[in-house]
Amino acid sequence: MNAASPILEVRDLHVAYGGIAAVKGISFEVGTGETVCLIGANGAGKTTTLKALSRLLPARGTMHYDGHSLLHRPPHELIGAGMTLVPEGRGVFARLTVAENLDMGAYCRNDKAEIAADRDRVFALLPRLKERARQVAGTLSGGEQQMLAIGRALMSRPRLLLLDEPSMGLAPMMVQKVFEVIQSVAEQGVTILLVEQNARLALSIAARGYVMESGGITLTDDAPALLANPKVREAYLGE
Amino acid sequence: MDIFIQQVINGLTTGSVYALVALGYTMVYGVIQLINFAHGEVVMIGAMVAFSVITALAGTASPLPPAVILLAGVAAAIPACMAIGYLLERVAYRPLRHAPRLAPLITAIGMSIILQHLALLVWSRNPLAFPQIVDNPVFSIGGAAITGVQIAIILLSVVLMALLTWFVYRTRFGIAIRATAENVHVASLMGVDANRVIAATFIIAAALAAVAGVMVGTYYGITHYTMGFMLGLKAFSAAVLGGIGNLAGAMLGGILLGLVEALGAGYIGELTDMCKWPLMKEVVAERCAADGHLVLMGSNYQDVFAFLVLIAVLVFRPSGLLGERVSERA
Repeated sequence: MNAASPILEVRDLHVAYGGIAAVKGISFEVGTGETVCLIGANGAGKTTTLKALSRLLPARGTMHYDGHSLLHRPPHELIGAGMTLVPEGRGVFARLTVAENLDMGAYCRNDKAEIAADRDRVFALLPRLKERARQVAGTLSGGEQQMLAIGRALMSRPRLLLLDEPSMGLAPMMVQKVFEVIQSVAEQGVTILLVEQNARLALSIAARGYVMESGGITLTDDAPALLANPKVREAYLGE
Repeated sequence: MDIFIQQVINGLTTGSVYALVALGYTMVYGVIQLINFAHGEVVMIGAMVAFSVITALAGTASPLPPAVILLAGVAAAIPACMAIGYLLERVAYRPLRHAPRLAPLITAIGMSIILQHLALLVWSRNPLAFPQIVDNPVFSIGGAAITGVQIAIILLSVVLMALLTWFVYRTRFGIAIRATAENVHVASLMGVDANRVIAATFIIAAALAAVAGVMVGTYYGITHYTMGFMLGLKAFSAAVLGGIGNLAGAMLGGILLGLVEALGAGYIGELTDMCKWPLMKEVVAERCAADGHLVLMGSNYQDVFAFLVLIAVLVFRPSGLLGERVSERA
């Protein structure tokens, strides 16, 4: 809780699917420039939380991004304000080419020259995408699609990047690469909220973490402390 | 052989019109998985508006050249249809965006009936003679005839299809339309306002329908408030034939359907001539002796072919010729 001005502040957030409560009054915050992770088992409500933040699900409570309430804002306005979600399961447009996917990331921008410069930057960070720029995204491997999803999000010049299970379904080698990319994005000053089942990996790049369990936050601490916490070690690190 | 060439020419002409209308069905389906059954009526309104404008301008012994009058008809029909397309989406379908899929489908049929009867009230319950004001020279190719109107219809369709393809594949908004068609949630995360994309899709579909309406009026020389019904069903069949949701499929399906229908109409009389069937020949020898022919089905059965094609596609290849998915989000 040492960040001076939180870029994201969530208080008493409730989300329900139909009548079933999936997130039950959680509060957390992410400081500007921080990398924070939200860990927990399958079904704990992590993805639901990100979907609520991105306004894809209706929610109750307070959610402030950059000092402004997120409630009642349509989802398509968030990316222009600098908040971008890399959705669970990557969500690349399989029938669009890699280049077109990247263009979609910059859809809300109008500065052509800057967009081209950002595309070069993304290609430099993720050279595989450059090789496959004209290929339809559906033909990429899972890891390449995850890279594309991240690259596409970077094309929006995010200030806050929400990442939902970037390791899901990837081979261990690829997971390593994806996390190296995330780390280098964080080093460029982008604030990151990372949702992960792979707690060890998430805590290795995050400064702080929140542990979610059946819709509530049960534990929060600095990453090294969580890694050392016996409860976390037993429940999420498989020790 | 000259019958064959003639029917190919006729088929390409009607096929071009089917393709333009089928594009409307397929674009809307691609974006919101709705069969807009009122789309045929938008074609009819286009023909009706053009009819009114052309009649008004041509009737007064005006100094305007015929081509200008025809263009004025098209120029009036396009915005009128765009407005109707937009209203359909805004008033009838948008409130049902999250309703079960059957609800907007039934609404579409309702809108189709409403538009038909509005046209009946505004124009006429009787067929209206679409003014034939432009010269229609006839050229001959290999024993068959092709008219100036047919050439114009085919060329204009090709130009419009090329424009649409360019728009959808080469412009930013076109890419956003395809992204929305694939995943509306992720598209909105990218900053795409889904409502704007959906409205634009209806408007573009309606503009193509307007042009198709004027083509039909000019080609057949007649408009009627029910003309959109059969045309719409056939164009829908064409879209399914090509693979609903697929732009190239709608174009291919339209042209193929036009050809099948024209060739079917051209040869069905010969094929069902009992006097040429080996076994039947003896049975009906008496009738054949009289005039040499006993035709069971004439070219008035041509409508059957569109629906035979539809049934065959649904049975043997439900995803259509170029389609890859049909029930992904069913």
